[in-house]
Amino acid sequence: MPSERKKLDLAAVRALLNGKTNGRDYWRNLEDLASTPEFEELMEREFPRQAIGWSEDEDSVEGRRNFLKMMGASLALAGLTACTRQPTEHIAPYVRQPEELVPGRPLFYATATTLNGVATGVLAESHEGRPTKIEGNPEHPGSLGAADAFMQASVLTMYDPDRSKTLSYNGEIRGWGDFFSTLGEILAVQRTKSGAGIRILTETITSPTMANQIAAIQKLYPAAKFHQWEPAGTHSARAGATQAFGQPVNTYYDLSKANVIVALDSDFLASGHGSLRYARQFSARRRVQGGQTSMNRLYAVEPLPSSTGARADHRLPLRANDIEEFAWALATNLKVANGPTKGENWDIYKWIPGIGKDLQQNAGASLVIAGDYQPPIVHALAHAMNEKLGNVGKTVFYTDPLEVNAQDQLASLQDLVKDLDAGAVDLLLILGGNPAFNAPVELGMGDRLQKAHMRAHLSLYDDETSEICQWRLPETHYLETWGDARAFDGTVTLQQPLIQPLYEGRSALQLLQMLTVDPEASPYAIVKGYWGSQHKGADFENWWRKSVHDGLIADSALPTKTPALHGGAISSPSEKPKMAGKLEVIFRPDPSIYDGRFANNGWLQELPKPVTKITWDNAAIMSPATAHQLGVLKETLNAGDEGVPMVELNYRGRTIKAPVWAQPGQVDGCVVLHLGYGRTRAGRTGTGMGFNPYGFRTANALWHDVGLIAKQTSGSYEIATTQNDHVLDTRRQIIQSGTLAEYLKDPESIRAGAEGPPRGLTMYPEWKYEGYAWGMAIDLNACTGCSACIAACQAENNIAVVGKDQVRRGRAMHWLRVDSYYHGGVNNPEIHNQPVPCMQCENAPCELVCPVQATNHSAEGLNDMVYNRCVGTRYCSNNCPYKVRRFNFYLFSDYETPSLKLLHNPDVTVRSRGVMEKCTYCVQRINHAKIEAEKEGRTVREGEIQTACQATCPTEAIVFGDTNDPNSRVSKMKAEKLNYGLLADLNTRPRTTYLASLRNPNPELEA
Amino acid sequence: MSQIFHHSTNTFARITIFGAIFVIAFLTWAFDELNRSAYETRATVPREQPVPFSHAHHAGGMGIDCRYCHTGVETSSFANIPPTKTCMNCHSQIWSTSPTLEPVRASFRTGDSILWTRVNDLPDFVYFNHSIHVNKGVGCEICHGRVDKMPLTWQEASLQMDWCLECHRHPERVLRPREFVTTMGYTPAGDQEEIGRRLMNEYHIRSTRELTSCSTCHR
Amino acid sequence: MPDETQIAEPRPNEIIAPGYTFGTVTDQIASVVLTGKTPGFWLAAFTIGFALLMLFLLSVAVLLAKGVGVWGIRTPVMWGFAITNFVWWIGIGHAGTLISAILLLLNQRWRNSINRFAEAMTLFAVACAGMFPLLHLGRPWLFYWLFPYPNTMNVQPQFRSPLVWDVFAVSTYATVSLLFWYVGLMPDLATLRDRTQSRFARFAYGILAMGWRGSARHWSVYETASLLLAGLATPLVLSVHTVVSFDFTIAIVPGWHSTFFPPYFVAGAIYSGFAMVLALAIPLRSVYGLQGLITDKHLDNCGKVMLATGLIVAYAYILETFTAWYSGNVFEEAAIWHRMTGPYAVAYWALLTCNIVAPQFLWIRKVRNTPVLLFIASIVVLIGMWLERFVIIVSSLAQDFLPSSWGIFQATRWDWATYVGTIGLFLFLFFAFIRLLPMISIFEVRTLLPQAKVEEEVRS
Repeated sequence: MPSERKKLDLAAVRALLNGKTNGRDYWRNLEDLASTPEFEELMEREFPRQAIGWSEDEDSVEGRRNFLKMMGASLALAGLTACTRQPTEHIAPYVRQPEELVPGRPLFYATATTLNGVATGVLAESHEGRPTKIEGNPEHPGSLGAADAFMQASVLTMYDPDRSKTLSYNGEIRGWGDFFSTLGEILAVQRTKSGAGIRILTETITSPTMANQIAAIQKLYPAAKFHQWEPAGTHSARAGATQAFGQPVNTYYDLSKANVIVALDSDFLASGHGSLRYARQFSARRRVQGGQTSMNRLYAVEPLPSSTGARADHRLPLRANDIEEFAWALATNLKVANGPTKGENWDIYKWIPGIGKDLQQNAGASLVIAGDYQPPIVHALAHAMNEKLGNVGKTVFYTDPLEVNAQDQLASLQDLVKDLDAGAVDLLLILGGNPAFNAPVELGMGDRLQKAHMRAHLSLYDDETSEICQWRLPETHYLETWGDARAFDGTVTLQQPLIQPLYEGRSALQLLQMLTVDPEASPYAIVKGYWGSQHKGADFENWWRKSVHDGLIADSALPTKTPALHGGAISSPSEKPKMAGKLEVIFRPDPSIYDGRFANNGWLQELPKPVTKITWDNAAIMSPATAHQLGVLKETLNAGDEGVPMVELNYRGRTIKAPVWAQPGQVDGCVVLHLGYGRTRAGRTGTGMGFNPYGFRTANALWHDVGLIAKQTSGSYEIATTQNDHVLDTRRQIIQSGTLAEYLKDPESIRAGAEGPPRGLTMYPEWKYEGYAWGMAIDLNACTGCSACIAACQAENNIAVVGKDQVRRGRAMHWLRVDSYYHGGVNNPEIHNQPVPCMQCENAPCELVCPVQATNHSAEGLNDMVYNRCVGTRYCSNNCPYKVRRFNFYLFSDYETPSLKLLHNPDVTVRSRGVMEKCTYCVQRINHAKIEAEKEGRTVREGEIQTACQATCPTEAIVFGDTNDPNSRVSKMKAEKLNYGLLADLNTRPRTTYLASLRNPNPELEA
Repeated sequence: MSQIFHHSTNTFARITIFGAIFVIAFLTWAFDELNRSAYETRATVPREQPVPFSHAHHAGGMGIDCRYCHTGVETSSFANIPPTKTCMNCHSQIWSTSPTLEPVRASFRTGDSILWTRVNDLPDFVYFNHSIHVNKGVGCEICHGRVDKMPLTWQEASLQMDWCLECHRHPERVLRPREFVTTMGYTPAGDQEEIGRRLMNEYHIRSTRELTSCSTCHR
Repeated sequence: MPDETQIAEPRPNEIIAPGYTFGTVTDQIASVVLTGKTPGFWLAAFTIGFALLMLFLLSVAVLLAKGVGVWGIRTPVMWGFAITNFVWWIGIGHAGTLISAILLLLNQRWRNSINRFAEAMTLFAVACAGMFPLLHLGRPWLFYWLFPYPNTMNVQPQFRSPLVWDVFAVSTYATVSLLFWYVGLMPDLATLRDRTQSRFARFAYGILAMGWRGSARHWSVYETASLLLAGLATPLVLSVHTVVSFDFTIAIVPGWHSTFFPPYFVAGAIYSGFAMVLALAIPLRSVYGLQGLITDKHLDNCGKVMLATGLIVAYAYILETFTAWYSGNVFEEAAIWHRMTGPYAVAYWALLTCNIVAPQFLWIRKVRNTPVLLFIASIVVLIGMWLERFVIIVSSLAQDFLPSSWGIFQATRWDWATYVGTIGLFLFLFFAFIRLLPMISIFEVRTLLPQAKVEEEVRS
């Protein structure tokens, strides 16, 4: 047993950490790099010894989070087998059938979902009045037809059985009438003192209708105060703009015109307003296909590998602090500031000249993006640089702020705290949000809020804040009510309900209305009324119908403006805090549950986080070298089998225990903590998962700060990942990649080695596919690994959530997974993302081994999976080289919870226990389109069928279509020289193929 | 020493040995028969309904077209059970006081649906689409039988997989011109096989291999 | 009863010890069954078997109630203990058939005193094996879909799938073994019928004996029948495990996909089979004082067979590694490399020690003639062969083509319970057998007596 192996020798690690790997060799794990004897011993080992050992089965860890159902054979029989007598079923037809509704045919409605108050237009699919699936709204500038994982999972939130269902006062169930009367009494008092005791705390608001309400309320109660708090809001962007222009502005970009992009700790491809649009524009400029031979170039400086960093042509890992220095240096190089031209962090100054030159050469077609989590000065510098480069109006646009009274939310919150302490708050309405959980820790909101005499909390869940409020008001989900909000560019997006509120919820709009002169107005009346008052010109009705139909109000984007950079905007660089042997702590919203608001959403909890592939948890993420320094470096990167070490984090006198995650590509000397976990009152799914970094987060260091002390502590923690090995042996030809230069020199060179055997090389006659031949092409050069496709697939195909313990046992059910591989040195590897759905092999290994013909080849080349025929020998999975088949080890599907039944897609069988399942290219969509085409006596049109993953993909990396049609996009992509089949050498003839990924490095920096 | 068994035991032994073969054969046969029996499939068994609705009277006697009530049949996978409104179109005038129709009126008053018992019920993992069959010239009659002769509706066919496959393998045996789809008691003008083959070309019926691919019906 | 003095080394050209007469042979073997008092060790052994059987039933109940998830299987290791145990048990069965059928045809008359319980062993091993293909199904209640039968779905099994071949191979094997064993039993059942005192026993044995009177006609029919069955069973010895090995060779999993599996598996099967024969025979003959009938010569022969098959298996291991290297196929190479150094390295090296190193001692006659050592050796081989199947199945699956999907199998308590449970089932059946039926073929052993020979000489 290697347990008493000698401690790793740091020098050795360092030496090899600096990426001295030969050519395209992908390293296996830390040990490969430091080739000391004790590493060599581990060379080929991904796992610890004694694997036949003893693993506790789930009985020992059965908990509410476990999602395990116990079920007898008899029940299972009823589930999926034909040879039992059909139980008697009933049909309840409509009494009066809505004329636009044809039972059996889904309808799509445009509506809007918001994050941090900013709207994205979506289309919601409705089956007989049940919203089941979200798609992007192609008409909407912020979506362009794409949707992210949050949007995809939002339907689950709506049907979440843990949502707060009833209105209660001090725990006793009440009706809205009671609340209304109480409110009335208080308001009566307040009116006498012009509302001096009224405080309304909301999340960021961009809704014009709400703005109008607020104005009205302020007319009635001039002394009432409105506060906004968004834990993961764009605070420093706002401050940065104020610093640069003397006024808050909203900034957005046009990447379609940007040849050179510098991302200063900005994950613009996967998070933040408009990221869906940016991802689309960005990848369009990297698609070296159909004659396009140019690529844009992305420089990314960031502390931890993000989706954006993974796609960068040059990625420089810097501590969040040093990024300010980088910004100064670059600004200095561009002559917009006079900062340092050299410093001890040589990496920075090695880069600056090259980047500066590149930017200047592309003046007007370049872009510097400052990340939302960088301090105001970085934003100011970015504004200055963009102005200097003449990008404003070309790649950068400024408008008035999106939010209603764009205030400094921190100041506003502290103001509220002052009033609370003064006991000046009689009525505190908290509309959405969860300040008790996510406000800066030193404000102690949990206790402070209780100083308000009357507290009411409107929210989807009965959460930490509800707990300390007398009135707990159930909120409506966005699919249940009317509303509006502005998109990243100000476009007004209309939110239209698809279903009556499931529970007695009301919306923030309605609640604010209660403070106005017309308290009982319906949300529809409120929104329509407001726009009626806004609309100029006749035939408002038609205009309104069209707007609702499109989901947005035409040309309502805020007018762009060009604010002048005012003189003292950019002072001189402030003194950088000394590390003094301490670590930097970095706070970020979690990639899958954001600021904690999605903590009770099983789909998002189980969604593997980009790159790390962690599910259900957050961790103290640090670089392997840092972990090693702390003596908490696991011997392998594989967390799947046994637990990871724990560290005790100490920051400003507060301490937290956290599991360690050693993340290659992260900069040394910092620890990243993802916010949103450690909920104490989230619901059955989210409560108690992970630890709570809000416990560290203070008002003057919202995003990062120096001064964290971490030391090893006892115990280990089991983290559930969906991928244990991120290591790629190039001889396996899994990821093909190269540089643009290489490609232009010899297009074939990139995919060299990944060719399949010649088709003639078989004793069997070639099978000819008549009619359609469905196929898929995935552009690795476009994929950012954002994982929206996984969520979309889960929603479309009724894929079950299995829970953390089962994920840890390798039983996650996602039909589509996104593998991530590292290439290069541990401290800054290239990161490759590879979405892997079923390959639909033409020579499918799974098919001939199934003893009961449960998986067969369709006439169109699909690899059909017949759930009701499957007896569960699992042989097909063993024989699948891509391991894309998923097995129902238990009854994972939820057959009991009524609300979750409504969530199911009626076109896809809900799989029972003991059955194998897998991706079939969304065959339900294929059949639907085919039937429609047949009825019209035509063939299916190109683009008529979009698989769920394809439809939601922001970068259009996934393309599906008929490979028998030479003009289809998929055929064209497959004809590209970059096209290769995964493990094609096995002669499985996969219908899903990949386009190799290309980088466009700057020759000057390569040297 | 004394004999334990009577002499006849020998014969008995022999019989049991050979008998076994027949017993096994019989059991297999019986099992298969049971699976195809009306008990298992519920075929040809009239089902009780909250309102004794008679297709024989409405479709047969009065000759109301199927599509007057089953509106979805040409456009949707689900043929649709008519909303109470459809019943009331006529029954607000005729038989407007008949006690048998009280459930219908009640439903219209209260807005609660009438709870019909499902007659033709496929397993949940079978995705049958009415519209495509109707549009390709598969008559209602083919699967639902002479509904116009059913006082209380029953399921005509076994609805078992081999029954489905018969047509999916030999569409020519059942296809009829679209205009006759809802006709009851349709008789082909000429040789059915021949007409069927002609229609197969005309309506672009897909190849047997496609029609019998698993994903055609199962997802 | 022969006393100790009689139990000496048989004369060179004899198989059983001198001093036996037709009467004594019959007495000694029959007495084991017909005695009224049940020996203590039997009770002990039977109780253990029964207890473990109960454990088996429990784990099956849990399995059916919850699903195969109670086992350690996962993506990518979808087959774990269940299939390992299946292959292991089936393999053990082979020795019985080999002894009874092939050795009969080859006229190896020494087999006569061990074939009976060897056949019983086969039967029970197959019973244990048969459990697993059923239990490992996700939906075991639908097992019958693996058989071709007239159905309303108009769907038949996938005849290209090795699992369907298994169904036929194993069921045929079970049937033939049963018939063979039963036919062989008949004369002895008759003997018991005639000798027992209790009415019930007489009645029961009478039924089972099917009116066997030992007439010349009966004997001639019997001879033909057993020869025919032997002829039927012989190819099965080779075919069954060949088919089982197809489960792996047909698949493209590196570490499974190789053409020499059939001979390799068959050899392994006989290897483990003989190990089991010894593991049973050695304690039995000592506790029942049957050293005279199951003599050291028998043990010696079994030892030799083990050695021979052991060498074949060893050759297979070497070949496996060689081909992996020689193929130059990155996946094949990796598969073997992972086996040697990966998570299952311990198991791999252990199996090599058990199956290659241990049997080498069998070269030494002294070892072959020391029952204790022989017993230990056979146990070691049994363990080794189980490990072999485990490593082949699990380690190949754990790390195959895409590193992103690698994952290790860890057995849960239910994995172990099910496995140990089948051992219980085996013991239960086996000890019931030795208590109720003659564990050694009385009439066949009679033919080994010198007296029997004399008569033959006279006749000729």
